[in-house]
Amino acid sequence: MSLKRKDLVSIASLTPDEITLILETADSFKEVSGREIKKVPALRGKTVVNLFFEPSTRTRTSFELAAKRLSADVINFSPSSSSVVKGETLLDTARNIEAMQADIIVLRHPDAGAAETLATGVKSSVINAGDGWHEHPTQALLDLFTMREKNLNFKGLRVAIVGDIAHSRVARSNIFALSKLGAEIRAVGPPTMIPVHLDRLGARVYYDLNEALRGVDVIMMLRLQLERQGRALFPSIREYSRLYGLTAERVRLAEAGALVMHPGPVNRGVEMAPEVADSFSSVILDQVANGVAIRMGILYLLSGAN
Amino acid sequence: MPTDGPMITQDKKEEKLVMDASEVARAVTRIAHEVLERNKGIREIALVGIRTGGVHLAHRLARRIQEIERAQVPIGELDITLYRDDLAIRKDQPVLRRTSIPFNVSDLKIILVDDVLFTGRTIRAAMDGLIDLGRPAEIQLAVLVDRGHRQLPIKANYIGKNIPTSREEIVHVYLEEEGEEDRVVLLKNAGGGVR
Amino acid sequence: MAILIKGGQVIDPGRVNGPADVLIDNGKILAVGQNLAPPAGKPGPSATIIDARGKLVLPGLVDLHVHLREPGFEYKETIQTGTAAAVAGGFTSVCCMPNTSPVNDNQSITEFILEQARAAGNAHVFPVGAITKGSEGKELAEIGELRDAGCVAISDDGQPVVNSLIMRRAMEYALAFDLPVIDHCEDLQLAEGGCMNEGLVSTQLGLPGIPSAAEDVMVARNLALAELTKARLHLAHLSTAGSVRMVRAAKSRGIRVTAEVCPHHFSLTEEAVRGFNTHAKMNPPLRTWQDVQAIKEGLRDGTIDVIATDHAPHAVQDKQQQFAAAPNGIVGLETALPLTLALVEEGVLSLEAAVAKLTAEPARAFGLSKGSLAPGADADVVVVDPEAHWEVDPARFRSKSRNTPFAGWKVKGRVITTIVAGRVVYDAA
Repeated sequence: MSLKRKDLVSIASLTPDEITLILETADSFKEVSGREIKKVPALRGKTVVNLFFEPSTRTRTSFELAAKRLSADVINFSPSSSSVVKGETLLDTARNIEAMQADIIVLRHPDAGAAETLATGVKSSVINAGDGWHEHPTQALLDLFTMREKNLNFKGLRVAIVGDIAHSRVARSNIFALSKLGAEIRAVGPPTMIPVHLDRLGARVYYDLNEALRGVDVIMMLRLQLERQGRALFPSIREYSRLYGLTAERVRLAEAGALVMHPGPVNRGVEMAPEVADSFSSVILDQVANGVAIRMGILYLLSGAN
Repeated sequence: MPTDGPMITQDKKEEKLVMDASEVARAVTRIAHEVLERNKGIREIALVGIRTGGVHLAHRLARRIQEIERAQVPIGELDITLYRDDLAIRKDQPVLRRTSIPFNVSDLKIILVDDVLFTGRTIRAAMDGLIDLGRPAEIQLAVLVDRGHRQLPIKANYIGKNIPTSREEIVHVYLEEEGEEDRVVLLKNAGGGVR
Repeated sequence: MAILIKGGQVIDPGRVNGPADVLIDNGKILAVGQNLAPPAGKPGPSATIIDARGKLVLPGLVDLHVHLREPGFEYKETIQTGTAAAVAGGFTSVCCMPNTSPVNDNQSITEFILEQARAAGNAHVFPVGAITKGSEGKELAEIGELRDAGCVAISDDGQPVVNSLIMRRAMEYALAFDLPVIDHCEDLQLAEGGCMNEGLVSTQLGLPGIPSAAEDVMVARNLALAELTKARLHLAHLSTAGSVRMVRAAKSRGIRVTAEVCPHHFSLTEEAVRGFNTHAKMNPPLRTWQDVQAIKEGLRDGTIDVIATDHAPHAVQDKQQQFAAAPNGIVGLETALPLTLALVEEGVLSLEAAVAKLTAEPARAFGLSKGSLAPGADADVVVVDPEAHWEVDPARFRSKSRNTPFAGWKVKGRVITTIVAGRVVYDAA
């Protein structure tokens, strides 16, 4: 089978077969990344534009490396606030980029739905590298890839996702992906950070971290956006950390050998104790490495002639 | 499926047997002997099968060499998809399979193994792929069938059988490893579309 | 020149509901009755005869809530194009909101609007003035002057008056002129920059949500202030079950309140936002099925007096943005009538009640001498083919803008002829 779509804007729009195809394709690219010469000519002559309206060195670098390992030309474009002030819309910007013959646009944007809007407005392929609180599909795919690589089977897999679910695109994409693949999802956080009707997305809601961690196979911690403190979502970092921070003791509540994941960058001592981040259970660096393979896979699958 | 033949989309074709199971076996045995003779034994040689048919043949060849020499030859599997020259013009990208070459190719004499040699484009891609993995001392080519119609200046060192074909015909290699009886057939492509 | 509309079913809510002829002369309704003839001394060609057999003959529709965008946003709509859209949709009177640029908070803007409306010569335009200067919620606008210039109500529209004391004073002050005070009920802090209903769909799409409570708490506040001040309160575009419930209770206790809903709030739910459809972005947002049911019940039992469009034109490039950046609102003047008639088909409203909510009731809410076919009234009349099936095609709109979520909808009931002050201003034939 092949990925018969122009864009990758959400996990919600993917079928389980498409998810599997992407994971399997990324598997081949993991091998490429292990070579001495980490480059293949598959995207020779193609142009990939990283269009980032939000700063994100990690995701941008990961996409850049992925594209370069496929021999594509990469341009990084971070629209200055001035052009936004001048009233240039997202589509205006993107059409300019498209006029430079971009084959694939990788978009990071602070507004939910930006990738979908862009995808319908341009002929280039669009990859969503995070849109507001909506989705971050490549992050979820690399998380799945990492679980699979550790020989976990998604069917019935117990995964706790901990933190600010309401404002997290990583949480949303992972909930969509894991529920499509038959995992049992526990969403954990203070009620202020749990969006309404989350249960109808296939996640069971917990307010008590200790209770939620019992018997899980994977603990996925979310980054606490510290600047949200002023918005009455939680009283203090101290209390948040006490109630929802992952400590070594809490890790022991999970299944033996449970994986600890985090999309990075970790607020050490806030959502995760430093010794947990550095522990044997932590696969945070595997996630980073796998990010390149997943993004190579997606770039490859979307690079067919339009 | 041949890795180097045009794929066709039609239901009913005229099929002609060109190699049966014993001929396939004899061809593999003969190639094993030729490889040993040309390389004066198995020192510094390694077999790399091109996915998918070439991989099965490489394993058979390795077994035959082991029976003759009582020693193992390193064996690898190469997926050439990322080196294909038609990626940029295809609408849907072909499925990738994993390349697995568990040895350093540098300074080895690599014998590429494929089932059918046709235009030569697969072999060109395979050579590029190999060279990205290191600098082999030499690359040789072994194929079960050479059906002609080269589009690149490529020639096999070891050939199981030369089969004259027309451009539109299809050579199909069936192997036990894929649940078929070993045989090679020629399909008269009666009007089916070549893609 | 006289016009005789013959053989239609006349619905003049509370007065006539049945087959009758309508005779118009000198811009006024001369008579409604059986077998009318052109007035004596005006024989033959000087009287136009409109054959209305099989058609409905209604008072011209009255829309209490439109945005004509002039002055300031003429690329979205002008008074000319907006009133052309109005008469194409059967509306002969429209009340335009003050959120223009500059804001309609003084006599000169009001007079400019009325002058442009006269020049356009389509529908009657009744300006709504601002409650506070610049709609900034700080100082009262010169409400007496606005009234004298022709404003029929006051509103700060999309900038709801946050400060309850200012709102109290505005209501008290407006009492002197018996002007209705309109509020867009939204607690902006609670809405927290949301751009759709807070619910299942916002959770799935990761869009910031506006809880229904953001509307409910302001409805509650406004009702309390109306009770305190005895002012005339008009609640714009209600969207929640909670609002309907509170208005029902307030009315039963005799509070002077009128309430409007928009066709989109009884025709669509939050589901329409899926795919980040910016044509389903409005404020208040599309709510849930339960809210839609409550609104229908409110319409049925009279809690909701008025159906208004909140006609909010936006240019294509305005709406062709990511959801959060796209402006709120949809055009509504050219789709309101069939969407309201669908409530009749559905059994929510009788035909007469549906017509009343588009004519007599809005006229009463703002004290306009409109929405009636009584002899001597201005001859604002609309002839409707209730059986005509058509497909909504934004390309055919008279409005300058095309932003509607109803494109492609197959609807029933079409305006055939619109007459304003005795003059045919729209004719579909």
